[in-house]
Amino acid sequence: MTETFYDVMRRQGITRRSFLKFCSLTAAALGLGPSFAPKIAEAMENKPRIPVLWLHGLECTCCSESFIRSAHPLAKDVILSMISLDYDDTIMAAAGHQAEAIIDETIEKYDGNYILACEGNPPLNQDGMSCIIAGKPYLEQLKKAADHCKAIISWGSCASWGCVQAARPNPTQATPIHKVPGLAPKPIIKVPGCPPIAEVMTAVITYILTFERFPELDRQGRPKMFYSQRIHDKCYRRPHFDAGQFVEAFDDEGARKGYCLYKVGCKGPTTYNACSTVRWNGGLSFPIQSGHPCFGCSEDGFWDKGSFYDRLTDIHGFGIEANADKIGGTAAVVVGAAAAAHAGISAIKRARYKGGDE
Amino acid sequence: MTVETTAHKEEAVYVYEAPVRIWHWVNALAILVLGVTGYLIGSPLPSIHGEPSFHFLFGWIRFLHFTAGYILAVGILLRIYWAFVGNKHARQIFLPPVWRGSFWKELVHEVKWYAMITRAPMKYAGHNPLATIVMHVMFVWTIVFMIVTGFALYGEGTGMGSWQYTMFSSWVIPLFGQSQDVHTWHHLGLWVIVCFVIVHVYAAVREDIMSRQSIISSMFSGWRTFRDDKPMDDRH
Repeated sequence: MTETFYDVMRRQGITRRSFLKFCSLTAAALGLGPSFAPKIAEAMENKPRIPVLWLHGLECTCCSESFIRSAHPLAKDVILSMISLDYDDTIMAAAGHQAEAIIDETIEKYDGNYILACEGNPPLNQDGMSCIIAGKPYLEQLKKAADHCKAIISWGSCASWGCVQAARPNPTQATPIHKVPGLAPKPIIKVPGCPPIAEVMTAVITYILTFERFPELDRQGRPKMFYSQRIHDKCYRRPHFDAGQFVEAFDDEGARKGYCLYKVGCKGPTTYNACSTVRWNGGLSFPIQSGHPCFGCSEDGFWDKGSFYDRLTDIHGFGIEANADKIGGTAAVVVGAAAAAHAGISAIKRARYKGGDE
Repeated sequence: MTVETTAHKEEAVYVYEAPVRIWHWVNALAILVLGVTGYLIGSPLPSIHGEPSFHFLFGWIRFLHFTAGYILAVGILLRIYWAFVGNKHARQIFLPPVWRGSFWKELVHEVKWYAMITRAPMKYAGHNPLATIVMHVMFVWTIVFMIVTGFALYGEGTGMGSWQYTMFSSWVIPLFGQSQDVHTWHHLGLWVIVCFVIVHVYAAVREDIMSRQSIISSMFSGWRTFRDDKPMDDRH
């Protein structure tokens, strides 16, 4: 029988006091009442660890980098032990054939019971040759692992939406997990972000362990508890937005005073994530707090929406890239000019017509 | 000695019932407010300084936008209701008779009149075919689009669980892909409305001067008067 989470924690020298602190903080992070802390503790004391296969496709490993920096109490040490992380090629000790053998072993031992965590996505063009793992296309590894898993976690914007490798023109046809053709129809939870917030990642795993189900998801498959509100809705600079106080340029007085970054292209109003509440680096800061606008890394196709500093999406097909206001403004001027010209011609015609009548 | 004068025969038709006229002007005002505040939300005024707690400028602009949006939406609903219970002219902009061959023929005639090829326009108590089709496409559909996307964007602020979110944001945002694209299309919609307003006001003034029927005064009084007693072309 696999060890329980609690066993693992105690074995690693974590005191019961720290363990209970972790449980209550996790409950708070998940938006649960204090009564859930003992439930989490109970689950961790009694439930065997869920085996996880953490596969890497086309990605930059920023999700892993974020994950291992979870500053949540104990998380850095414990979460990796909480789950039985059977395979994660970037942080596992085994390498080569030994490492790859673990995948087959896990699939065999825990068929239908393990969680498949996907970081990155598979390229479909050239038979998937743009991403080779152990001499075979990643696509094959992914499909095989998905066939036998219980559920899939799509870590980060790559697995959730496609991210930079799927940006136009996407020569390798990198495809987000939920759009991979022929993939076993397993429940998928998306945890977008480039990378996702560390505490969001650990909290999602903790929730799945505790309740043995996914947290409530929105229509696009993201956990509502972290992706139901926009950065803008909880931004600490929001009073400046409502007052009409904006940073006009990155070196102006407003920037020094910490005004709203809306006019320098902040995408907080169109981005669903928990940055303005959970923040980064152990709650130290987040992009807007450091004086830079949000550029919406957790939104679908954020690389293809034009400048990071523009709040409107570029509309292609008008020669050079243009946005809605430029196109619309031009159209309005053209229509206005046409109406004026038409009015002039009408007046002349009318004058002539009248002249003819008399 | 008396001068005999022939009686001047002027037929008048009651076209725009009171609810339609009131709606027209309320709607026009709402669109004006929505257009101006909407533009300012997209491209805010120069930053103001001082304590943020003393100011609520952008908040007020957004408040005006949302309020005018509600008025517009409620107005459209009442107007659609009136299309069912009002006279036949109340239905015209919602249901252009595209299935009728004569509609297209007369549309061509109207285009020729605007291109100054034909010398005289046809005579209508209601809208001419060109006006009908332009109002149907550029006004009715654009306004419906703006209401739907507008409520979807508004619902993002009121949040999950609000009826705006449930009825609009929950399906509109995923349909467009993401929130920023909905913003972009909502901006484009503004410019369609601006173009419509230019064309609409220009055509109304021009028709008022050059055609054989009253236009602008009709939207105040409801009555369409004519300058001649030619038979009407839209007596189907």
